Amino acid sequence: MPKIFKSTVIDAAVDEVWGLLRDFNGHDRWHPAVAFSEIEGGKYPDQVGCVRNFRLRGGGTIREQLLALSDSARSFTYCILDAPLPLYDYVASVALKPVTDGGRTLWTWRCEFDAPAERAAELVRLVGEDIYEAGFAAIRSVLSGQAASSAGTVRVARARSEAVAAASPGAVVGPTADAISAGAIVVHEYGGPEVLRWETVSAPPPGRGEVRLRQTAVGVNYIDVYCREGRFDLLVPPGVPGMEAAGVVLDAGPEVYGIGPGDRVGYACPPVGAYAEVRTMPADLLVVLPDGVSDEVAAAGLLKGITAEFLLHRVHPVKSGDVVLVHAAAGGVGLLLCQWARALGATVIGTVGSAEKAALARANGCAYPVLYREQDFADAVMDITGGQGADVVYDAVGRDTFEKSCAALAVHGHLVSYGQASGDLEPVDVGGLASKSATVSRPNYGHFIATPQALRAITDRLFEALRTGTIHVEPRQRYPLAEAARAHRDLESRKTMGATILTVGG
Amino acid sequence: MVKVYASSVIEAPPDRVWSILRDFNGLPRWHPLIEASRIENDEPADKVGCIRNFTLQDGGVIREQLLTLSDFDYVCTYSILSSPMGVQNYQATLRLVPVTDGGRTFVEWSAEFECDPGREDELRQQIGQGVFQTGFDSLKGLVGG
Repeated sequence: MPKIFKSTVIDAAVDEVWGLLRDFNGHDRWHPAVAFSEIEGGKYPDQVGCVRNFRLRGGGTIREQLLALSDSARSFTYCILDAPLPLYDYVASVALKPVTDGGRTLWTWRCEFDAPAERAAELVRLVGEDIYEAGFAAIRSVLSGQAASSAGTVRVARARSEAVAAASPGAVVGPTADAISAGAIVVHEYGGPEVLRWETVSAPPPGRGEVRLRQTAVGVNYIDVYCREGRFDLLVPPGVPGMEAAGVVLDAGPEVYGIGPGDRVGYACPPVGAYAEVRTMPADLLVVLPDGVSDEVAAAGLLKGITAEFLLHRVHPVKSGDVVLVHAAAGGVGLLLCQWARALGATVIGTVGSAEKAALARANGCAYPVLYREQDFADAVMDITGGQGADVVYDAVGRDTFEKSCAALAVHGHLVSYGQASGDLEPVDVGGLASKSATVSRPNYGHFIATPQALRAITDRLFEALRTGTIHVEPRQRYPLAEAARAHRDLESRKTMGATILTVGG
Repeated sequence: MVKVYASSVIEAPPDRVWSILRDFNGLPRWHPLIEASRIENDEPADKVGCIRNFTLQDGGVIREQLLTLSDFDYVCTYSILSSPMGVQNYQATLRLVPVTDGGRTFVEWSAEFECDPGREDELRQQIGQGVFQTGFDSLKGLVGG
């Protein structure tokens, strides 16, 4: 049984090194052999038993399972489940120890495995040198980059980019010095769709921790309308609206790890600025798109999909047999909620504004579309459930629906208010909730994606659901980016169904 | 339970460092605080269970029993049977880990013990710095770096 043992001493405090190594899904941000990694099944990367599924830069996919993790011993143990190499019964451990004499860190990396005898020597060399020793070198250069920046030393761009290039070959190149002129939608004052003006803006070269993207598709969301109207202060004129897009990385600034030119990426988060052909932004906010998720699907589905993920899996974990009421069931998030809740085994009731939307909702898993203009939806829910009510109501309509949503709840029901398309909510009568022992939640999108790890846990489950066909997203309306005003008009007049995107170039 | 931990990196291969440390009766040859040492009952120094009886430079006498010796893992564990230090249930481990990158050796020395309340910091300092770190510094002088 071949065994490998490699160790080194890192010139950094043990907690600093542990901070980098402890993230079982973070190796694609520092290891040169790893192109893209995700945790299967929406688990956390520090959840013992979780499986990381990662693509090698040289091609091939490996699945590894976390068997043990110890913050007190600063160690973890994992095994290979699937690999394109004959590494059988492979179990490896990484451990850190402090060198108290000098504030350094001992890093040991060891494994045992079985292999065909004729390939053992080759595999020992490959794993020991190309994985373990290359990993030592990569962490060393990541840390030397961080040390140089935190010490506030004069920035020596060339030295830094060489160090970073050594850490992840081909992933990072120095940014071009010039700003790029490109088209964008600019809001100079709050107002109606007419304030969305097409102008030429300048995308500066990426600074530290930033990348510059050539965007290919931009998502349109109701929050963009709120920003345009000045209801949220996320956009301060003059500014570019939009919080969701997909595209390709053009160039990356110093201290960007794991994302480089040519990578397909997407994002769905503040700060605003997505309605642009080219955009410079923090690399931390991006997720790398897997092969099965196209740019248009990402632009149409990231924000809505992330929202649906935390609404159905985190705010109120929906289980088989639940009755779920989805407002605006034919809307962007609504369709995803219908599909995913149905796949989880729930009975889905949805409110819609027209027969056409009812048909669409039904086709997406909504068993009982309710035309709210013709029928009181609370009465409809009680009829459908034989007077039981809905276990959970997902309501982004807000003012117009809140009271009736409460009336539609089952005893112990949960009203999840995640938006206010019809206007701000009135103060809630908490005492009134007692009639149902009801729970009311007001989740904030930002809190669910506050760290890269939290975001990754959500997008991992979202991408898996997209890949397996559990849910599907397709943009149903496409407008050229320059015609964003028309897209907003259609969205606000409730003409659109499902997701809307703005297309760039082409 | 008070815990003490000290570690260092020695610029010599582990086999070389281990050849010095594995001798349970060899403290006077490498640790400057130890004046003389003998193994009680004339037992071999690598017989697990043997007791070393040694004299400090200041005249104090300590008796320690060998609990573990592993040439495979480079580990030595021992307990204090009697000493002037005022510690109870004292057990210590000395361990080497090869640093394959550069042919060096990581050495760690740790102990757990009980003592009278209020003496923890003093003993932690005395053992961690006075005994363990002093030993590391001396080893570096003997085998390099």
